[in-house]
Amino acid sequence: MFTALLIEQLLNGLQLGVMLFLMAAGLTLIFGVMGLINLAHGSLYMIGAFACATVAAATGSFWIGLIASLAAAAGVGAIIEVAVIRRLYDRDHLDQVLATFALILILSEGARWLFGSFPLYLDIPPLLQGAVPLPGGGQYQLYRLAIIGVGIAVAVGLYLLISRTRLGMRIRAGESDREMIGALGVDIGTLYTVVFALGAALAGLAGALVGALQSVQVGMGEPVLILAFVVIVIGGIGSIKGALVGAVIVGVVDTMGRFLLPSLLALTMPASQATTIGAALASMLIYVVMALILAFRPSGLFSAQS
Amino acid sequence: MNRILAASLLGLSLATSSLAHAEPVKIGVITTLSGGGAGLGIDMRDAFTLAIKQSGNKDVELVIEDDAQKPELAVQIAEKMIQGDKVDLMTGIIWSNLAMAVVPNTVAQDVIYLSPNAGPSALAGANCNANYFNVAYQNDNFHEAMGQYANKDYKNAFILAPNYPAGKDALTGFKRYYKGALAGEIYTQVGQTDYAAEIAQIRASGADTVYFFLPGGMGIAFMKQYAQSGVNIPVMGPGFSFSQDVLPAIGDAALGVKNSATWSKDLDNEANKKFVEAFKAEYKRLPSIYAAQSWDTANLILAALSKASVKDKDAFRAALKAADFQSVRGKFVFNNNNHPIQNIYVREVVKEADGVLTNKIIATAFEDHKDAYAEKCSM
Repeated sequence: MFTALLIEQLLNGLQLGVMLFLMAAGLTLIFGVMGLINLAHGSLYMIGAFACATVAAATGSFWIGLIASLAAAAGVGAIIEVAVIRRLYDRDHLDQVLATFALILILSEGARWLFGSFPLYLDIPPLLQGAVPLPGGGQYQLYRLAIIGVGIAVAVGLYLLISRTRLGMRIRAGESDREMIGALGVDIGTLYTVVFALGAALAGLAGALVGALQSVQVGMGEPVLILAFVVIVIGGIGSIKGALVGAVIVGVVDTMGRFLLPSLLALTMPASQATTIGAALASMLIYVVMALILAFRPSGLFSAQS
Repeated sequence: MNRILAASLLGLSLATSSLAHAEPVKIGVITTLSGGGAGLGIDMRDAFTLAIKQSGNKDVELVIEDDAQKPELAVQIAEKMIQGDKVDLMTGIIWSNLAMAVVPNTVAQDVIYLSPNAGPSALAGANCNANYFNVAYQNDNFHEAMGQYANKDYKNAFILAPNYPAGKDALTGFKRYYKGALAGEIYTQVGQTDYAAEIAQIRASGADTVYFFLPGGMGIAFMKQYAQSGVNIPVMGPGFSFSQDVLPAIGDAALGVKNSATWSKDLDNEANKKFVEAFKAEYKRLPSIYAAQSWDTANLILAALSKASVKDKDAFRAALKAADFQSVRGKFVFNNNNHPIQNIYVREVVKEADGVLTNKIIATAFEDHKDAYAEKCSM
């Protein structure tokens, strides 16, 4: 029984990890290529979820909703890049943080104005409902397995995109020397818009996938954004590989901490006390891990700059 | 003839109302209008403003502010309302951790606070205060009722709640009346949205029932994930986990679930019928328990205002304590610690003919229930 539980919790950690990867990949790409700190990334996640819930409710199909979430997040991403972000590349990080924080407030209030404050309903598509048996006698939710699959597919796709295509070559060039690729005749403006829209689409995809599991509501993006920042700091800012490794570390550590810490503490103290203290410790565990990793590798595990 | 009668009735009602509400009253409302808990606060605010509007009392002025479910923000707003706006009364807070941050300091400045929802145990016992009235419940109450009800069918319960004052009161309350064994006990983070790790533990625990207290968006996320997880252990909760504000988003996964509450849409009394109709007509949705409690809070204030001046604190406190108003919960009396003595019902989630999910009362868990802390209060 314990093996089944352990396998299930590892899968849970992996699922949380790949979901964070979808967020962190866009964040780290945008930071790596454009040197921009985008706090509004969580809002793009929220836009993806709202677009999916609205379109799925109107058409009855989760899959059309999923496409809509990609389109809506990429579209809004491209618009805010052209309208706002473009003006921030030459500013220092404080200005970027202020401006993108303003975007969070604007997009959240906009979503509240359009959709109201009550959570929207978005359900898992019939094809992916239910649970599948696991080795060891357990069961696992099919939809979460599908999220893991999507995450792995996106990771492979991003790897191929960046290492094998012309766009990827430009992205890599943009990471190492911005002025030079401009001088070589690459249209930097378009490249930035495309990268930003790509990152936004990934965030929107994550929002739509998670929206079916959790609740679709205003402000859903900010808690995930904080975790995504932890991920890219651990992984090394600008590195997609780092984002993947960091995301899986954060996902597994967080899940295992919530599961194991209270039971470990219960060996030494009364059960209800152990659950309270265990829950408090578990919530800070990933930050402890982040601090430890930074103590030994100050620029993260796979820093793009080093 | 009719016209003359109508005119004289109108004149009479104008005359009495101007007599009763001679002076302006300022009420500060701090509630959660943004973030994951906003649904609860918006129901609170909407019912409160509707009750004041329907009373026709023009002397009540509301100062409404959003606390974003953040204790530090709520404290700042409370200070501003007391020092700057000079409010006479305060109300509105949904969350117990915010109530703990705001209420003790507010009542210490001799401002009367009426709680429309949060009822932390720390304010119900030895630290009760003459300026603090809880019009909703003491936090443990709903959970005590479900603990009692669980004894009927279950012997091995798995219980979980968020790690904040109301979550701890919840599990304490449940365990006070539940006699069976515990298969597990978990505190989750406030605002948590992924419950995969907890559901895995529930699956492995061998429990025969799951009792969870997760208000707002937390409950939606938990129920949706639970329904898909392949775990078939029956769930129960307090009314907050299956309140009208979250039922549409949970969907059919909630059908048939038992939950406890002091109020339900189908509770048979005049005040409740009037309330449900008025709320539906104004906002085109069904009211939640938060709306019901808030409606009662507003009507309690209005009733007290018609008897005493809010400037005469002693007289006004006595008028509030008398609770001389028509509660949507039927009978309503204050205990010595200014917390209600009231019935607690068990409800079941059903689907109405028009496809709307709502709750129906199926049993009475407690009659005239008092909270466990009242005897430690010296009032």
